[in-house]
Amino acid sequence: MSTDVSKDLISISIDGREVKARPGELLIAAAEEAGIFIPRFCYHPRLPQVGMCRMCLVEVSGPRGFSLQPSCYVPVSDGMDVITDSEKVKKAQDGVLEFLLINHPLDCPVCDKGGECPLQDQTLAYGPGESRFAEEKRHFEKPIAISELVFLDRERCIQCDRCTRFADVVAGDALIEFIGRGDNTQVNVFPERPFSSYFSGNTVQICPVGALTAAPYRFKSRPWDLAQVESSCITCSMGCRIMVQSSQNQVIRYIGLDSDQVNHGWLCDKGRFGHESLSSPDRVTAPLIRKGDSYVETSWANAISIISSKISGIKEKIGSDRIGFIIGSKLTNEDIYAWVKLAKGVIGTDSVDSQLGDGISADVISRLNRATINDAVTSKVVLSFTGDIKEEIPVLYLRLREAVKNGNTKVITIATHSSSLDGISEIQVFPSLDQLRPLAQQITADSSYFPEVSSLIKSSGVSADGEGLVVLLGRENLAWDQTVVEAFALELARVAPKAKFLVTLHGSNFSGGVDLGAVPRFLPGRSSLSDPSAGLRQKWSRFPSHNGKSVKEMFKSALKGEMDLLFLIGSDPRTDFVDTTLSNTALDEIGFVVSVDTFMSESSSRADLVLPAAAFAEKYGTITNLEERIMTVNQKVTPPGLCRPDWEIACEIALEIGSDLGFSSPEEILGEISNISSLHWGLSFDRLSRLSALDGVVIPLTSTPLTLKKKPMFDQISTPGIASVWNQGLASSKTSFIDSSASISDESDSPTESKVPTAISVEPIWPLPPIPGTSEMPLVYCRRLYSQGQLLKNSPHLSRLAVEPRCRISSETARAIGVAVGESVRLTDKAGGAGVFEVEIDDGIREGWVEMVKGMSSSQSFSPIRVDETMNYVKLERV
Amino acid sequence: MTTKIVTARTNLPDSYRLSTYLENGGYQALRKALSMNPEDIQAEVVASGILGRGGAGFETGRKWSMLKQDPVRYLVVNGDESEPSTFKDHLLVEADPHQLIEGTLISAYAIGASMAFIYLRGEFALGLERVQSAINEAYAYGAIGRDIFGSGFSIDLVLQPGAGAYICGEETALIESLEGKRGYPRIKPPYFPAVIGLYGKPTIVNNVETMSNIPWIITNGGKAFASLGSGRSTGTRLFALSGDVAKPGNYELEMAASSFRDLIFSPELGAGLFPGRSVKAIIPGGVSAPWFGPEHLDLPLGQDEVAKAGSMLGSGSVIVIDDHSCAVRAAWRITKFFHRESCGQCTPCREGSGWIEKIMHRIEIGAGTESDLDLLLDVCDNIAPGLSWPPQQTTICVLGPSIPSSVVSAIKMFRDEFLIHIKEEGCPFVH
Repeated sequence: MSTDVSKDLISISIDGREVKARPGELLIAAAEEAGIFIPRFCYHPRLPQVGMCRMCLVEVSGPRGFSLQPSCYVPVSDGMDVITDSEKVKKAQDGVLEFLLINHPLDCPVCDKGGECPLQDQTLAYGPGESRFAEEKRHFEKPIAISELVFLDRERCIQCDRCTRFADVVAGDALIEFIGRGDNTQVNVFPERPFSSYFSGNTVQICPVGALTAAPYRFKSRPWDLAQVESSCITCSMGCRIMVQSSQNQVIRYIGLDSDQVNHGWLCDKGRFGHESLSSPDRVTAPLIRKGDSYVETSWANAISIISSKISGIKEKIGSDRIGFIIGSKLTNEDIYAWVKLAKGVIGTDSVDSQLGDGISADVISRLNRATINDAVTSKVVLSFTGDIKEEIPVLYLRLREAVKNGNTKVITIATHSSSLDGISEIQVFPSLDQLRPLAQQITADSSYFPEVSSLIKSSGVSADGEGLVVLLGRENLAWDQTVVEAFALELARVAPKAKFLVTLHGSNFSGGVDLGAVPRFLPGRSSLSDPSAGLRQKWSRFPSHNGKSVKEMFKSALKGEMDLLFLIGSDPRTDFVDTTLSNTALDEIGFVVSVDTFMSESSSRADLVLPAAAFAEKYGTITNLEERIMTVNQKVTPPGLCRPDWEIACEIALEIGSDLGFSSPEEILGEISNISSLHWGLSFDRLSRLSALDGVVIPLTSTPLTLKKKPMFDQISTPGIASVWNQGLASSKTSFIDSSASISDESDSPTESKVPTAISVEPIWPLPPIPGTSEMPLVYCRRLYSQGQLLKNSPHLSRLAVEPRCRISSETARAIGVAVGESVRLTDKAGGAGVFEVEIDDGIREGWVEMVKGMSSSQSFSPIRVDETMNYVKLERV
Repeated sequence: MTTKIVTARTNLPDSYRLSTYLENGGYQALRKALSMNPEDIQAEVVASGILGRGGAGFETGRKWSMLKQDPVRYLVVNGDESEPSTFKDHLLVEADPHQLIEGTLISAYAIGASMAFIYLRGEFALGLERVQSAINEAYAYGAIGRDIFGSGFSIDLVLQPGAGAYICGEETALIESLEGKRGYPRIKPPYFPAVIGLYGKPTIVNNVETMSNIPWIITNGGKAFASLGSGRSTGTRLFALSGDVAKPGNYELEMAASSFRDLIFSPELGAGLFPGRSVKAIIPGGVSAPWFGPEHLDLPLGQDEVAKAGSMLGSGSVIVIDDHSCAVRAAWRITKFFHRESCGQCTPCREGSGWIEKIMHRIEIGAGTESDLDLLLDVCDNIAPGLSWPPQQTTICVLGPSIPSSVVSAIKMFRDEFLIHIKEEGCPFVH
């Protein structure tokens, strides 16, 4: 099977053994794949090599015989002769180890790294029993906080340049640097500038000693007390592969796993340290029923029976239309399916939605030709029309940044405001609403409205039908209605049918919501309401008789008194809906609100009944990331109190109203999903646990032949203990070749019905730009990584980084209004709602525009967004 | 009396001024060069056989011939002379900056450089002032800049002061520093900046003294230069003599024509030792070089002659250690220098330099033990395996393997002196 790869391989000799290697591959990597581990500290497979620590010295043959050379810096060449186990090599390596130790403190017993420390391990294995260094060691103040999240102990540092390289080369946040010379070299931050990178936690993970430690993990546990399981992060839609580590039934730490397709081992700090929220005291741990202004605990049986009688009552009296479900984005696919089956297949309401006015309609998403992350980073041109991905999907930003820096792709940004992508974009376009249409129509034309855009697209080799173009499609500006983005996407897909779309919405399992029918007018597997799949007709007893409502429509109905029962499933629309003014007034009007959640959020704390749900790491299942990759999330700890997984709760409610959903485990749910949905055909937990599916599989599974690629190398230093993990394995200890495409050619039957409508078949409906009133300014409404929310609020360390909603304007605009930094302005929206915000000056904002950061404010529920406006305008006055 | 090439004008009053330089034939070589083909200039330099005067002694002509073809190429002059006892370039930049500039311009023309840089040690306050004034004078005179002397050849010459690091004399560290980065030597391969140098472009890095020889070679021809000296050691060399000697200073001598004894004892050169003292050791080519005993005094001052005897002529600085000086202290002071100047990139050099210095200091102040000698040799062996000469190295650049030279020489040649320090718990010499 590996013929196409192996014919290019060359032969080298390591310790007398013939070893096959790829031309140009580094010797240290070739040796590792052959099972010969050369010790190292500074080498990291995802970082440019520097050859600094000199631990990996081996003897390499050259024109003047064998000489010691750093194997992390020597590319293999045909016939190369290498010795890794001679006395000379051992002496040199032992010498380096001894040198590293002379100034390294012997504080292993109180060091977080103790027990998973490569320096400690190698010293134990090969080092001498006693130190020959009788002098005073180098001293620094220990440890110093270089940010809210990271502590630095310069005495422990071995100057391997891993953290500084990562910060500079990968993250682009060169906020830590070497200072001083020789053995006085120290890593440090610049004066008055903390290491405030969104990716700082990665430096802690890749530090080969305990020099960098994470504030949330310091002194929490010892590595040998940690048990671990692989999972996927659900902080955003990237789905980074992680190792969840726990001690005494408490999640203590996440470690980024190196997935070639997804995260390359990196995590953002919000994902990495968000686990603190799991053990928040604000967790809901028992069913709670409202009694006046407070809650009393009740039993599951009682809670379920209350819900059941509410449902039955409403169904009998008025009909199931007045029942709605708002489903959050952090649920597993199995949870979503169970709720959707309960709502649509048992109760019979189609009013189920999983987007809070910040999404793109399922109808449009399902018509698009979808791209994978790897498609995007290897495309000829990336056209970005999405929110700031560094703020919303941080690790995707790292992947894209790397691709641009390596010259693998080029980025064109379409935006209403400046973003982190500007730094890696060739061209930024700031079109007005009516310029978007010609921009899309002429994207691959010879000349266009924006000639520099089409000429770059053409000169980069994108074909006239869009082949080679990947569009990052998200909500660039939440103050512009989603119909703008949808029309743009459909228009572009008609002009350039071969262009691919990576839907970069933020919500972690938004794809699962779209694919599994947690949106109005769709059934699981993207079947339409009127035309259920054969599988669905077999497994479901009934279907909603007519189209249901979106969240926006549910809220509007509520204002008219037409919603009697609303389920908030892991969803907090009082905070998260774009128009919080609407969500807050509407929710107050709904007869009975059931919240199924992990926290007492703004919404659950005003619900009539609150059911405690199991959170991430407390249940298992699958998620679908932004590129339609199905990945597993696994259970590591037992849920606290009476918390239960969502799917179980849905099953209980169904049973109580006299219907059996027909499954009793996530395995059975996934089995049913794969049965009723051609999109999910062939999926099972068994399939997902195969070596070929370590990083998950992109659906729909294809029947193309296996393409074998070399397994990516793990950095053994930053993924301690991975060697012992059941299916990950060391690159050297497992077979070197895996199939990355996870084909299903070995299965006999293939899906029959896969008729998804394409974008070309519909005419986009372009919204008309509104005419602003006098002295109204266009608004930019966007998300920040540390925008206020449940995760931040309940994670003690991250909460310190929370950004308050501020009103940001350019210095020109500030001058025109007559406000200065730190002063406040009153923001008035079309409907007359007003809020007072502190002003921040940022000249990245266009003159005459106003930028607001989305997120709850501690003091006010004012939102400048009105859901019916195509573009939102606000008035600004000095207070 | 030997021919003076680079120091021909250094004793003239106002030797650093353009007027003095022009009165003494200055910039005639540049005019001549600009009328020649660049290939012919290169041929003259090859014919001169001049070895680079920075320390490694690589043939300049050969280095130039290795320069990769590229529309953008650079010439960098290495004037970061910072080693203890090395002060020859110091004299040349202060006393005859125009000679350096003229040599640089001829070389830049010969190799087709698009821009030239002089990187001078930051502590050369007077030198920086003199070179900058000279560059300004030369611009005004029409020797630098656009269409030099109407020849059609244009080039800019930029003076860059170093920021106080010895390591920036290593050519790849110098290039990094010139690019505005930390002065870290680059990993080899590529072995030569002639392939990938400044800003990733092919670059020639030449020493100040090498450049200062170029005008004479163009005026008198490569053959005339090669007729001086013997073997591979052609021309003259500027020797910086220091240590326990009556008349320390810079002396320009025909290569391989005189011996260390001549340099140290000739009345017109070093003029001998202080009364009643004798030579205990000499360090022949800067503090990186292994030491010689008095038995090597009659060795000619030639590149290969010194190499064959187990050391190096290096930067041409000769240190005399007499019998009233402490070998342990001398070796300790040298390691102290390397400890201070290690860039910190490679573990063996970063950590080893400090460790060796600490042990040497301990022995010198009387706190050493006999086993420290074996420890020292073993630590040195971990930086430069085998302690052979030329050294094998475990580090990116040669600063690492330079550290053991003095320590190993001192232990080999003066083991008794170490033992006296240890037994008597202190240094027996009066400082």
